[in-house]
Amino acid sequence: MSVADQAPRFASPADQRMWSERIPAPWWILGLILLLLPIVANNFWLFQIMGWTFILGMIGLSLMFLAGYGGMVSLLQMSIAGLAGYMVAILGPSGAANVSLGLSWWIVLPAAFLIAALFATMCGALAVRTDGIYTIMITLAIAAAFFYFTRQNYSIFNGYSGFNLVLPPKLFGVNWRDPLPFYYLTLACAALCYGAVVYLARSPFGLALQGVRDNPRRMAALGFNVTAHRVAAYALASVFASTGGILLVWQNAQIAPGTIGISSAIDVLVVAVVGGMRRPLGPFIGAFIYVLLQVFSTDILGFFGFSADRFKLIIGIGFLAIVLFSPDGVLGLWDRWRARMAARKAVATGGGA
Amino acid sequence: MNAPVVSSRMNLPGTGNASSGNALELRGITKMFGALAAISDVTLSVKPGERRAVLGSNGAGKTTLFNCITGDFLPSAGLVRFFGEDVTVFPPHERIRRGLRRTYQISSLFTGLSVMDNVYLACCGVSRNRFSLVRPRPDDALVQAAEMLVEAVHLTADKDRLVGELAYGQQRQLEVALALSGAPRFVLFDEPAAGLSPTERADLVTILTSLPAHIGFIIIEHDMDVALRVADSVTMMHNGRIFKEGRSDEIESDPEVQELYLGGGHAHH
Repeated sequence: MSVADQAPRFASPADQRMWSERIPAPWWILGLILLLLPIVANNFWLFQIMGWTFILGMIGLSLMFLAGYGGMVSLLQMSIAGLAGYMVAILGPSGAANVSLGLSWWIVLPAAFLIAALFATMCGALAVRTDGIYTIMITLAIAAAFFYFTRQNYSIFNGYSGFNLVLPPKLFGVNWRDPLPFYYLTLACAALCYGAVVYLARSPFGLALQGVRDNPRRMAALGFNVTAHRVAAYALASVFASTGGILLVWQNAQIAPGTIGISSAIDVLVVAVVGGMRRPLGPFIGAFIYVLLQVFSTDILGFFGFSADRFKLIIGIGFLAIVLFSPDGVLGLWDRWRARMAARKAVATGGGA
Repeated sequence: MNAPVVSSRMNLPGTGNASSGNALELRGITKMFGALAAISDVTLSVKPGERRAVLGSNGAGKTTLFNCITGDFLPSAGLVRFFGEDVTVFPPHERIRRGLRRTYQISSLFTGLSVMDNVYLACCGVSRNRFSLVRPRPDDALVQAAEMLVEAVHLTADKDRLVGELAYGQQRQLEVALALSGAPRFVLFDEPAAGLSPTERADLVTILTSLPAHIGFIIIEHDMDVALRVADSVTMMHNGRIFKEGRSDEIESDPEVQELYLGGGHAHH
């Protein structure tokens, strides 16, 4: 898995262009489409489909950062997102006035990020001592423990019912839960997280993380503290997960143990794998596919006379197909298709000459 | 731990001739794998700037000795001192940050990264920049240090290529470059010439002999031409023990050594 070969190398002095010139045309087009989408899309698409896609994409992105660059498959990312969301509900105002503290947003948000980062660091410190399947097992165990804890603890997490009426602050007089503002809010957060991961991949920390993934023993022989590097990656990835988690709470206006259940934890893995774990764009594509399936499979299944609960079946079959035919996800399919097209073109022009 | 008299904490090249006066000191190093002693009771000291060749047949315990020095394995018994400081139980990265470096017998590189990125990573590892989240600018001191190292091992023309695409000999050269990053004070070379062509060997000898005088090293090498040309002294190992030590010319002409290790063709050149 070499992620770095797809990015320009910082060390080559040839690339003296402005940052805006270095972004290829398809990105500008994608950006323009996303910015202008509200002209054509209705509120359901903006709020439910796109909003949820961006949120799920950010949580998947935190997994992609750990797994794609660090080689650590963590099933914890939904728990970390959920903890940040819970903190917003617990520290800020909510419908459960007996539990929520009702502090103002400028204390609540930094505290939510910080507490989630602390939790991620602690769990990371446990998980990085294991490898491969054991990392998956230990993070799954922590996720399950956290789920049952929130369900049984009433003094902090308000148990089974969780928190409702958790609303975003009305900053600048905007109701951020209205579809249009919420769409732009999630879009901006997703773009920032995406950009941060792309940037970090070529920073010393990101490069070293990829080095740790490929050859930890050599990294130690170069003076890197491999364990510390992995734990730091968990802390950093928590920022992306927390951003998604907080937006998720605002979108649903509530959070309950069901949000962070085992199946949600696995959904994050499905999203990242379906989209592709090698590049930061993957989780967003995976999230889009997942959300479309989740939302519309009900109609399609109903049309064929199946129960709407069967949408997981469709996702499961899709997941199987992806894992079987393209281990690096939809993006991998796309890469291979482009390579084949390029090869065919080369043959055609070669034959013509 | 040791008294702070030891100047190795300053991490400066060439300042580490404190109390003991030795760059590297091994006392009674033993490494057991189960009931098998890979090395037993190895006592060895190397002065700062000294260049030592370690010779011995396969299985003599040479690479195990390196792994004990770098901390890849903890020795079952014995003591490792690096510039006077007891580093026996230190994790590898702590020893590296004190100026110890090593290369691997089988190239151990980041094949998915470019040549520059490999060397740049090595430079980051021994700097405070290792956790930096900010991309380096082209005039960054570490990038420039990396460029100089790439030049020193004659890879400038290939610096932007992926390491996986390099020829075998070039990968061996890069292996040496990674070991020279930062401010090395003592380097362990594990068969750097293995698999190189005669021209590449000559190139390697130039690189090794033109290292700054304060950098000492131990080199494991089967090629006597290379070993005796770059080293001042020789340690012979046999079955995990030190068998003989001496100046290069003494060892070369020692009849016992010739019988055991050098065999026929190697000795006269």
